[in-house]
Amino acid sequence: MTETMEIEQERHVLVIFPHPDDEAFGVSGTIAIHTGRKTPVTYACLTLGEMGRNLGNPPFATRESLPDIRKAELQKAAEAIGIQDLRMMGLRDKTLEFEDDQKMMNLVTDLINELDPSLIITFYPGYSVHPDHEATARAVVRAVRAIEESKRPKLHCVAFANNTLEEIGAADIHYDIRHVYDKKLEAMKAHISQTIWMLKDLEASVAEEGSELHDRFNYEYFWTYTFDDKDKVTDIKS
Amino acid sequence: MEPILPEKVQELINKFAGQEVYLHMETTNGAYASHFNEKFFSAGAYIRNAKLTYEHGKIVGDGPFRVGLKLAIGWVYAEGLTHYGFDESGHLLMAGHDFDGKLAVALQLGTTPFK
Repeated sequence: MTETMEIEQERHVLVIFPHPDDEAFGVSGTIAIHTGRKTPVTYACLTLGEMGRNLGNPPFATRESLPDIRKAELQKAAEAIGIQDLRMMGLRDKTLEFEDDQKMMNLVTDLINELDPSLIITFYPGYSVHPDHEATARAVVRAVRAIEESKRPKLHCVAFANNTLEEIGAADIHYDIRHVYDKKLEAMKAHISQTIWMLKDLEASVAEEGSELHDRFNYEYFWTYTFDDKDKVTDIKS
Repeated sequence: MEPILPEKVQELINKFAGQEVYLHMETTNGAYASHFNEKFFSAGAYIRNAKLTYEHGKIVGDGPFRVGLKLAIGWVYAEGLTHYGFDESGHLLMAGHDFDGKLAVALQLGTTPFK
């Protein structure tokens, strides 16, 4: 397995994702390690995943009942990984890229001003596939970029587009989260409406030392966002 | 939700005809379709709380079902509908769930706005 590094001690970690369960797969181990050290972690979840398609056949939920189900799952997942400050920001699934860009940026700026995080975790713009992920990532990059360079929090991003490796290379941050994997699994299980399809197969495969799934779920990977010529996020058009 | 009983759903469609209703309609193949299969052409459409009045509506087919609503100067229709039910506000919910249990299409209406 790739070499891993120690997770730095942070003052406050701000996690910003658009959908309940976005936190579970890629970063819940890292979060659990921070909360285990009593580092304050705020998770701003922008929507309730209202447009989720896994409703079952026969259906266990409807388009109208899904938001409340996912809200309860999100609260359970947050509890599993020790998040005490969970914020549900009230936007609607699949609409973020159509929101006013300035409003999206201000939402992030307000959180930064209030919490003064030393680290922000979100998606990597351009390499996070879902339009809501991309809109979230752009808003975060714009908000952080507007801060004077010496005062900017670190920005660790999750990327999983098919062209990630060839375009921006491998993640520069690898964390070994095996010792908190049970908490991560608990967070994934909390989002049962979204994960029931995969969890059964997953648990067995993840346990298999050396398998691809074992590595995918026992290690977490981030790309540090740098505000240089790699920064492709445009300014907001007025 | 329950599997669609066409006679029952037809009665419900009739009940909402001729009055102002709020409509939710969506169709989608999911935001990840082109990620998992780059040859897949992803498309979808979504409208929530459109306010309209239909003159009459029909459910047709042998299942999955099709529903069409005739407006004064237009149409609404959806295909692939498999289930129906109600939410707590009494909105009529019709949905099409594919073989994997994923929502493929929804057509919902009622006399009050959706949340």
